[in-house]
Amino acid sequence: MRVLMFGWEFPPHISGGLGTASYGLTKGMANIDDLEVIFVVPKAFGDEDQTKVRLIGANQVHVAFKQVFYKGSKRPIERIEVSSKIVPYTDPDDFWKLVTSEVSSYNFYVKINNKGKVDFSGRYDTNLMDEIYKYSVVASVIADENEFDIIHAHDWLAYPAGIAAMEVSGKPLVIHVHATDFDRSGGSVNPDVYRIEKSGMDAASKIITVSNLTRDIVINKYNINPDKVETVYNAVEPVKIAENCIVKKGFNEKVVTFLGRITLQKGPEYFIEAAYKVLQVMDNVRFVMAGSGDMMERMMRRAAALKITDRFHFTGFLKGSDVFTMLDMSDVYIMPSVSEPFGISSLEAMQSNVPVIISKQSGVAEILTHAVKTDFWDIDAMADAIYGILNYPALSNMFIKNGKEEVILLKWDNSARHVRDIYYRVIDNKI
Amino acid sequence: MSSSVKKAICFYFQVHQPFRLKRYRFFDLGHDHYYYDDFSNESIMRKVAEKCYLPANKVILDLIEKHKGKFKVTFSLSGLAISQFRLYAPEVLDSFRKLAETGMVEFLAETNSHSLVSLRSRSEFERQVINHKEMLKEFLGVEATSFRNTELIYSDTIGTWVADMGFKSILTEGAKHVLGWKSPNFLYCNSINPRLKVLLRNFVLSDDIAFRFSNRDWNSWPLTADKYASWINKLAPKSELINIFLDYETFGEHNWKETGIFDFLSYMPGAVLKKTPFRFMTPTEIADTLQPVSAISIPSPISWADEERDITAWLGNEMQVAALDKLYSLAGKVNRCEDDLIKKDWEYLQSSDHFYYMATKFFSGNICSRVIIFIIWQQNFSPMAQFMPISTLMKHLMMHS
Repeated sequence: MRVLMFGWEFPPHISGGLGTASYGLTKGMANIDDLEVIFVVPKAFGDEDQTKVRLIGANQVHVAFKQVFYKGSKRPIERIEVSSKIVPYTDPDDFWKLVTSEVSSYNFYVKINNKGKVDFSGRYDTNLMDEIYKYSVVASVIADENEFDIIHAHDWLAYPAGIAAMEVSGKPLVIHVHATDFDRSGGSVNPDVYRIEKSGMDAASKIITVSNLTRDIVINKYNINPDKVETVYNAVEPVKIAENCIVKKGFNEKVVTFLGRITLQKGPEYFIEAAYKVLQVMDNVRFVMAGSGDMMERMMRRAAALKITDRFHFTGFLKGSDVFTMLDMSDVYIMPSVSEPFGISSLEAMQSNVPVIISKQSGVAEILTHAVKTDFWDIDAMADAIYGILNYPALSNMFIKNGKEEVILLKWDNSARHVRDIYYRVIDNKI
Repeated sequence: MSSSVKKAICFYFQVHQPFRLKRYRFFDLGHDHYYYDDFSNESIMRKVAEKCYLPANKVILDLIEKHKGKFKVTFSLSGLAISQFRLYAPEVLDSFRKLAETGMVEFLAETNSHSLVSLRSRSEFERQVINHKEMLKEFLGVEATSFRNTELIYSDTIGTWVADMGFKSILTEGAKHVLGWKSPNFLYCNSINPRLKVLLRNFVLSDDIAFRFSNRDWNSWPLTADKYASWINKLAPKSELINIFLDYETFGEHNWKETGIFDFLSYMPGAVLKKTPFRFMTPTEIADTLQPVSAISIPSPISWADEERDITAWLGNEMQVAALDKLYSLAGKVNRCEDDLIKKDWEYLQSSDHFYYMATKFFSGNICSRVIIFIIWQQNFSPMAQFMPISTLMKHLMMHS
């Protein structure tokens, strides 16, 4: 079975869970004999030389084929790169700026001729809505030129592409909900994003959600028939980090880490308040907020106002081996998300032998046993948990040992097999 | 000439370069004890030395020789600038020494690291001023008798500290909100201790050179030495003292050589001497010669920064306040500590620039905000990012002390 998969980001150019999850799933699927995946991503701006960027302006989108070999996989996955101006949302701030900026894309018309060129008329902008639209246009070209049995689109940015491919080919569409705008916005949903999400969900034959938390949102907030929505939990890549990549901690104090985008969705302010409470009763501890986002400055001001800046560090966005170094230094990992569809990063922490504290409002809380679960707003419970794990080695060791055993069982191969089942059921229904 | 008709003009230039900090990461904590961006520090110092310090010093030395005792200027060199001259541009220090030897140049004392300590601790303030006096003596062979606080920060209280240390005069901004109807063009004295004379900057005439000189949209462009002297002459009937206080980088760096700024500098003193009754004097000489017209009361600190002329450029948000409080809460520990490297790091960290980089306030559109130009190259950095190394550094210091 051939799967035409539309994503938005792909390693190493990833900004968060979406890229990690779609990559992990794809690798898992590559290990299944009767599955063949074509992964489509928009090419990151700046990776490609300027001539190609200009070609889009000249109403031409060039499509290049590339084969990428994954270590550990049995076969290559074909990856089609659409060279375009499309900018993956590398930073949530930019993302929101793009989303909330004036959308003037609705008044242009697109014709696809048989040479695979895209003709634009009307105003041309680089805003996100345009890019999504453009992506969908190119998707129909790709759908026209490739043979496949099913279409799989990851998250709302790729839904229009999935729908376009579906309309061109008549093949069934499966969409994969890694997050909804209700998670990202904390309730003040962008109507344009909602519209795209809703149209993707309506068009799809099957909707995969990453947790029951997300499944409930899809059913209740988007009015989708529950039978159409199925949860496939994410998993985690086994980590193989060379020891020499890791910088050992240069000081003899405990470290409590928050690793993620500093946005409303992730609940950074609750971490700061809990840190303040912990610092009232112990002092040999440092708190790290690793990441960047639109709430970073506010968080810095809050830490300064609480006079804990000498104990509270902001590292900025971490990537590559820095993430593992950070986890290796950590004694507690905390994820106080207000609304977290899944939360792969907590699994990565458990793999790195770090006890985790997660909010009950996270998808991963549904499958984890050996993690402390608190409400995102319950800073007292969070402070209690931090203090307990830091001060009672038996507690910490219990979480480390059992957590690691638990997380080893969460394999992408299992998720991939589950997705494969869904594909077959979808196709059988069609036939 | 009777003393009642004596009129003075004071030309003063601020010379300061901070030790810029490198990006210090959380992972470096406990491993890396070096905090400075050597590349930036060296390349900026070399660039400014070539474009400003060396050519401007040469023009001033020529002027002093040409006018035979009638042209005098005043400088303040921060201790950090002197340290960087020693590291990266020793010939600049030599050229300042040559200026000092003419006897026509006064060098002012300040806090060694161009710090904000005057807003926090008297004892530490005095210690840093004494350090700077020693630096001036060692490297320029001069004994400082007048004072200029960091970025012209001044209040009545700071004035009394300075007076108690034996200085004769202090420089500050002729801020409208403290002057009211009064004119900056007279000598004033501290309202608590009248022994300390207060020189107020004429920001209109100063900014004519600093900010408007190369602005072609300005209706007085191009500014010539004669035109400038005629403006000064117009003030003569109602003025005794004109204070022109500038960043030294005005010459060659903020206004490029091509704008004619060095020609202006070469001809202006001659024009002033010829066309106006004003005579060039330095702050100590002014304190000894002129009579103060009144005391000036400045209860809360002012500075020459931005339109507000206050201290919000350095202490305008929570992060700046937290950082400064943490920094000076360490003073006792650092002073008891024996490690010279830690003492040096602590001092370098104090320069007001690091706090300025953390500023988040809306910068007024008026070009009068001089410090903005001084750090214009830094603007593309997030002010937050600059906060991180400092807080991290302070942590490092705390662990050691």
